[in-house]
Amino acid sequence: MLSVRNLINTPSLTRDDIRQILDTAATFEQVNSRTIKKLPTLRGRTIVNLFLEPSTRTKSSFELACKRLGADTLSVAGSSSSVVKGESLVDTVLTLDAMNVDMFICRAKYAGSPEIIARTTGARVINAGDGKHAHPTQALLDLYTMRKRFGRLEGLRVGIVGDSLHSRVVGSLVPALRTVGAEVTLVGPATFLPAAPEALGATSCARIDDVLGDLDVVYMLRVQNERLDGAAIPSVREYAALYGLDARRAARMRPEAVVMHPGPVNRGVELTSEVADSPRALILNQVNAGVSVRMAAIYLLLGGESDVVSD
Amino acid sequence: MTEQTNRPDDGRGLAPKTVVMDEEALGRALTRIAHEILEANDGADRLAVVGIVTRGKVLAKMLVDRIEQIEGVRVPLGSLDISLYRDDYGHRLSPVLHSTSLPFDVDGSHVVLVDDVLFTGRTIRAALDALMDYGRPQCVRLAVVVDRGHRELPIRADYVGKNVPSARSETVRLALPPFDDHAAVEIWDARDWARAKELRDRAARADESGKEARQ
Repeated sequence: MLSVRNLINTPSLTRDDIRQILDTAATFEQVNSRTIKKLPTLRGRTIVNLFLEPSTRTKSSFELACKRLGADTLSVAGSSSSVVKGESLVDTVLTLDAMNVDMFICRAKYAGSPEIIARTTGARVINAGDGKHAHPTQALLDLYTMRKRFGRLEGLRVGIVGDSLHSRVVGSLVPALRTVGAEVTLVGPATFLPAAPEALGATSCARIDDVLGDLDVVYMLRVQNERLDGAAIPSVREYAALYGLDARRAARMRPEAVVMHPGPVNRGVELTSEVADSPRALILNQVNAGVSVRMAAIYLLLGGESDVVSD
Repeated sequence: MTEQTNRPDDGRGLAPKTVVMDEEALGRALTRIAHEILEANDGADRLAVVGIVTRGKVLAKMLVDRIEQIEGVRVPLGSLDISLYRDDYGHRLSPVLHSTSLPFDVDGSHVVLVDDVLFTGRTIRAALDALMDYGRPQCVRLAVVVDRGHRELPIRADYVGKNVPSARSETVRLALPPFDDHAAVEIWDARDWARAKELRDRAARADESGKEARQ
C-alpha cells in the first residue's frame, strides 16, 4: 500500500512506494499486451479527468488506464467547462465532488492546482501535470522504462538536457531518480539551469559533450516555445547546434546508453529524426509504459481505502 | 522492542486444532487426482493445468509432475492471479500483484483450474472471469485439495482431495512449502490463525526490511 493518499509530486513518495508502483505496472503491462485488455477491477468507480490545459498523450494515456481498469470516466476540459464562465477551480471541484466521484486526475496550467483540489475533495487526486511544477506519472513511467531496459535504477547515470528550469518533468523526475539512487546531471545553457542544482541533489554542466560519454540515459527535454518568456536562448538554431542530439553526437554515447524524451519531440531541434527513430531511442517505450504505470497509480491509490489485507 | 520481550507472544503457543491431512496423505490425494484428471480427459490431449496463485500454482506444478509420471506427457502449466477480478476490491486490497502466465493456446484447451481450499466459491468465480479474458477454453474443470463447504455461489469441484466439513468460525488452510516449512491441511480456530498469521507476516516484513537495509 502506498504511503500517500494522493499523487501530487514525487518527493512525497518513498523508495518502497516507487517500487510498488513499478512492480504493479509490470503486471498491467501484461494485461495491456493481451487481446482483451479490460479488467473489471474498478467497476463502479468514477474518475474525473479534469484537463484544464491542452494535452493529447497524457490525457489519452490516463483515459485508457481508467477504462482498462473498468472505471467510468468523465472528461472535463478547460475550454468546455464552467471555468470559462468564471467559475473558480474550487467551485468546479466541489460541484463534481457532489456527484460522488472517486478520483480526480488533473492537468492544470497553474502550479499547485492539484494540491488545491486535494484539499477540497475527499476523493483521491493524481496530478497529470501542473504548470512548471510537477508531472509525477511522467517521472514514474520514465523510471519504469529505465528499469525495464537496465534491470536496475540504483547507480544509473542520467543526464537531463535542456530547459530544466521551466520543466515540470524535471520537477518530478529528478527527485524520483534521487530517491531510487540514480545520479543526475542537468545539462544546458545557464538560462535553462536552476541556480542551485545541488539543492535537487543533482550536478550541472554547461556542455553536453563533456558528459555525453559517461551517461547511461540521455534524457532530452523539449524546447518549450510556449513556456519561454522571451530571451532564454538567442535562437533555436543555435540551441540545436550546441545541445541538440544528432547522429554525430549520439555516436559518442556509451554502446548500451539510451535516449529518452517526454514528447512531443521537436524534430531537428533537440533531437534529429535519425536519433529519434534509432534503436537507442526509447520514446515509444515511454509512451507504452505510460498506460501501465498510470493504471498502477490509479489501482494503488483507489485500493488503499482499507488496510485489511486479502487472505 | 527487543526479541526478548517479544518472545512470550511470538505465536509459538498457537497451533491448529486438527491436522486433517499430512504430507503423505496430500501426496496420495494429488496422485489420485492426477489419475482422475487423465481418466476424465481420456489422456493428456489438449489438457492444461492452471494454478491460482499462490498455493494453487505450486499444486498445479505437483499435478503436472504426476501426470507426466503416469502418462509420459508434460502438459502445459499455467498460473492465474485473480486479484484484479475479485468482487471485494476496495474492501480488501491485494497490494502485491503476481503475474499471470498461460503459456498455451487457451482457445479450445481443456483447462484444469487448481486451488488449495474451496470455500465460498468467489475465488473460482474470479478465476473463471480472468481465464475467459484470455480465450475460450473447450472446458474448465476444478481441482482442489480441500472442500470445506459454505459455498456462496453455484460452484463445485470436479476433483477433491478431501471434504472437510468446517464451521465458519474456523480457518481451514493448506500449509505448503515454500510458503510454509511443512505440508499439511490444518483446521485452526480463526482467531488463533489470524494472530499466528499476523506474527508471521510481521516477522517476514522485518526480515524483508532488514534485507533492504543491508543492500
